[in-house]
Amino acid sequence: MSGTTAPGARPALRDPGPVAAALIGFALLWIGLFLVLPLVVVAQEAFARGVPAFLAAVRDPDALAAIRLTLLVAAIAVPVNLFLGVAAAWAVAKHDFRGRALLLALLDLPISVSPVVAGLVFVLLFGAQGWLGPWLAERGVKVIFAMPGMVLATVFVTLPYVARGLIPVMRRQGVEEEEAAVTLGAGAWTTLLRISLPNAGLGLLYGVLLTNARAMGEFGAVAVVSGHIRGETNTMPLHVEILHNEYNEVGAFSVAFLLALLAVVTLALKAWLERRMARRAGEGG
Amino acid sequence: MSASVTARAFRFRRPSAVPGFAPAFGVAATGITLLVLVPLAALAFRAAGQSWAEFAAAAFSPRALAAYRLSFGASALAALVNLVVGLLLAWVLVRYRFPGRRLADALIDLPFALPTAVAGVALTAICAPDGLAGRFAAGFGIKLAFTPTGVFVALLFIGLPYVVRTVQPVLADLEPELEEAAALLGASRWRAVTRVVLPALAPAAAAGLALAFARAVGEYGSVIFIAGNMPMVSEIAPLLIVVQLEEYDYGAATAIAAVMLAASLLLLAIGAVLQRRLEREEAR
Repeated sequence: MSGTTAPGARPALRDPGPVAAALIGFALLWIGLFLVLPLVVVAQEAFARGVPAFLAAVRDPDALAAIRLTLLVAAIAVPVNLFLGVAAAWAVAKHDFRGRALLLALLDLPISVSPVVAGLVFVLLFGAQGWLGPWLAERGVKVIFAMPGMVLATVFVTLPYVARGLIPVMRRQGVEEEEAAVTLGAGAWTTLLRISLPNAGLGLLYGVLLTNARAMGEFGAVAVVSGHIRGETNTMPLHVEILHNEYNEVGAFSVAFLLALLAVVTLALKAWLERRMARRAGEGG
Repeated sequence: MSASVTARAFRFRRPSAVPGFAPAFGVAATGITLLVLVPLAALAFRAAGQSWAEFAAAAFSPRALAAYRLSFGASALAALVNLVVGLLLAWVLVRYRFPGRRLADALIDLPFALPTAVAGVALTAICAPDGLAGRFAAGFGIKLAFTPTGVFVALLFIGLPYVVRTVQPVLADLEPELEEAAALLGASRWRAVTRVVLPALAPAAAAGLALAFARAVGEYGSVIFIAGNMPMVSEIAPLLIVVQLEEYDYGAATAIAAVMLAASLLLLAIGAVLQRRLEREEAR
């Protein structure tokens, strides 16, 4: 491996060959150990007893119920966050107001809150011991240890990602096109749906992609509100934990393999989107 | 809704020709208030409703203090290692061209995208006494899985992308003239890198460090499988909250969660200050 410097770089920026080779070698070793090896191990353990054992584990009724619930929770949480994220990004990126920085900070808050704390706050609100718990129980509505709580916890944890994907792209594009649309008589909806969102399409896709990956993979927050009821309130990550605790390694890693696949597809799409966004930014000057 | 209406309704807004501020801001502010602020405020109120003795007994019990020590200590250590490794990875990915670079670059985000439970079981399998790394470490008399070292390994994994991703764009935009000038003035390559490049990367690296630390402190999924979860030894603070909840001790869970929330708010504030300094530096 020859440590050639980036194209267009100058001789003064070139590191001595052995140094560059050593740095590249270390980087590849670290990435191999920490990022590639876990993926390999998941695949290896999932297929340790062959493809039939993997298929049987994935087709297990409890596994299927977990897959269904994971898809359902994501199918609710992602559109909710899409709606909120677009509204937040549009307000923050295209308008200037006092408290803009505060709104941005609040939007990012769920990233720094522990998922366990995120789950707990909903237990404190809606649980049997919670503020609204008795009122809800009287009306026969179950939020905690049921699907609504899992959706709420998932929405909380994945709130920032759509806005985070949109804001940089929307800011970069400025407001000239929106102003032109308004001059031509477009209202708010038309401007948003015909100008701002299509222009920021890649950023939107990027945000939805990350939201979906995090929603399907969320563990801590959902674990706290779910109550771990098999076949009822078990998502795929929770099912991995249950099978792992039962020493059913093939079962645990088979479900884990599906989730790892989701992560790899997400990364591939993300890399593709980033390349397209970079190209478009380059064209835009 | 027309722009004139929004201008009257929200006087704190700077006038702009783009319509739709009021509904967009309204939806975003309502959503964030209901989904984030009210629930977090509920936690703060519940904690504040406890007597000080009750709160302190749970939040500062020997077991809780041991859990904080492990969570914050292992997170700090992992974030520092990730700072050094992250700078190095960013340097390699930005400055060198080699086969597999794009794949390596895409893989950096794996800890973001991989569900934490999957990372947990995979790292446990690798670090267990019969796993690849576990056997290797055992040769040196080190036990990886089911010890505090296991916590550290899991936090190394989940904190890996942050410094790389904050430093990468700054390094890519760094003007080559700076290093050329240093070389022309007779600085060695090492001196040019440590005196010219590293200081320019410092704000971005610090922002990444704060993010990696904040994420690690609250991390749950990837840690609990590998940690062994022995009270006083390898039990992280988020797990202790779950343990208290499973024992229906909502008061204790609330008290510990309030401490963790206060810590993450503090870290968020530090991160915001660093971020602002970074943006100011970029604007210059």
